[in-house]
Amino acid sequence: MKWLLSVALLMCINLAQAALEIEISGAGENQIPVSIVPFDGDPTLSQNLVKVITDDLLRSGLFKVMDTVGREPHEPKQINFADWQGVDAISIGKVTQADGKIEVRFRLIDTLKKNEMLGQIISGPADQSRKVAHRIADIIFARLTGSAGVFSTRIAYINRQGQQNRLVVADSDGYGEQTIVSSNEPLMSPSWSPDGSRIAYVSFEQGRAMIFVQSLLTQNRRLIASFPGSNSAPAWSPDGQQLAVVLTHEGSSQIYLIRADGSNVRRITNSGVIDTEPCFSPDGRSIIFTSDRGGNPQIYRMQLDGSQVQRLTFEGRNNFSPRFSPDGKSFVFSQFNKGSFFIATQDFETAQLQQLTSGNWDKKPSFAPNGKLILFASEASGRGILASVSSDGRVKQKMFSQQGDIHEPMWSPYNQP
Amino acid sequence: MNKILTAVLVAGLLAGCASNKPAGQGALADGNADSKTSASNGATTGAASADQLAADALAKKQAADAAAVAASRSVFFPFDVDALQDKDKAVVQANGEYLAAHKTAKARVEGNADERGSSEYNLALGQRRAENTKRGLVASGATAAQIETVSFGEEKPADAGHNEAAWAKNRRADIVAK
Repeated sequence: MKWLLSVALLMCINLAQAALEIEISGAGENQIPVSIVPFDGDPTLSQNLVKVITDDLLRSGLFKVMDTVGREPHEPKQINFADWQGVDAISIGKVTQADGKIEVRFRLIDTLKKNEMLGQIISGPADQSRKVAHRIADIIFARLTGSAGVFSTRIAYINRQGQQNRLVVADSDGYGEQTIVSSNEPLMSPSWSPDGSRIAYVSFEQGRAMIFVQSLLTQNRRLIASFPGSNSAPAWSPDGQQLAVVLTHEGSSQIYLIRADGSNVRRITNSGVIDTEPCFSPDGRSIIFTSDRGGNPQIYRMQLDGSQVQRLTFEGRNNFSPRFSPDGKSFVFSQFNKGSFFIATQDFETAQLQQLTSGNWDKKPSFAPNGKLILFASEASGRGILASVSSDGRVKQKMFSQQGDIHEPMWSPYNQP
Repeated sequence: MNKILTAVLVAGLLAGCASNKPAGQGALADGNADSKTSASNGATTGAASADQLAADALAKKQAADAAAVAASRSVFFPFDVDALQDKDKAVVQANGEYLAAHKTAKARVEGNADERGSSEYNLALGQRRAENTKRGLVASGATAAQIETVSFGEEKPADAGHNEAAWAKNRRADIVAK
């Protein structure tokens, strides 16, 4: 009994620490109608799990989560299929907790074919019920859409409060913040290594911009670029062996390659103007970047040796912060036009631009590793917040942190240490 | 002398509108009245009255120099522009001449940008503003070795507002004594 009480207390603490409010708007086309039936077992725990799973599915833009209106089957034999018309699939199951662990046995039922699509047991530490829920959401998402879910992946961003700057890693929905670095000087441009085990970032802790690479496993970090002037915009190559970075020690901001240990620095642009924000293509053979070589900042592409430079964007006054989609077929960027920033994607083959947000102060977009969602920095009431938009632009989500000013988010790869 | 007066005037005007100026009040001129300079400049005649006049003139010049340097060490830029503006050239010249006359003095030029750009682009833009300001200082007699450049991009706005008045203050390079 005492033990149960402590679990309950732990959960209360977790709820109190929940640092975000989430607002979802828009409706996707051809959304899959599903219901997440409350799990048999502790009602509060079940409610928390169902809430996280529901928010995950809604945020993807691909699901319509239908109310269960009091129908609560927990076993297949308890389902009256006539009750579930208009719902394609339902999730049912039970949750148990013992020895500081929770275990969810759940099944996904096809209500049209009246059969079980999958049954699985997911367990985890009792204080990480959100992670368990994200894994369930990933399994449901994958089974019903055919694409891998990204709800168990993480995001990195900078949170500023007064003089304090923190590089934070959090769950994909912004909960569970873990501080990686804290500094009274600015921090910028977190970038995940392809295996998700390290983050490169820019810190001003020594008075000017320098690039560090830090392990998320050991927290050990290494200063990899501290040339005179600014050292910034780190971007990992897909094999994790090297980074593209921006250095100014030979004049204007130019793009260089550097090994992850700081050795073998090679210059790859020679424009004499501003070249910055490099991003490797998924095949590692080309780089897209921001340059003002045409008079104002636009997006360009080049081969890894700096050859075959090609301008990609022509619309909008200025374009910034390009990032490849995971399939390499398009890129997302931030466009500045008529006094506001918005998020847009552009297809490489057709050069077709699609504006995804309506324009406010939307910056620094990055794709989720499944390519279905885009995370970016937005603003509400003069404060930086996290936001996401489905890659078709139909569903938008804003995540309001209770504290701090959030900037520079980047979605992690699938791989987690 | 005329040049210095102009510099003081321009500096005064700028100081008036740029109340945001951070830190290091008059720091570049802190090693002022450098005795070596006054000795070489002052020892022109043996006559006491002439000496006195020269000393007065020198004191005035030094005061004006110090005032120019202390009053304004910031230059400002239009949106997405990194070239020094004509209106700021006198300020840069006064600071460059100060550094030329005080070879042991060191300065750091800090470039900044407004928030209308990506953070990385703004870091690059701030660096160019700092470099161009450094070039102006060197053209006025300072040596490159005396000056270090740094960019804060949009990370350290003098005015956190989200409007043109704030942005104008943030598109800036500061010449700071090291």
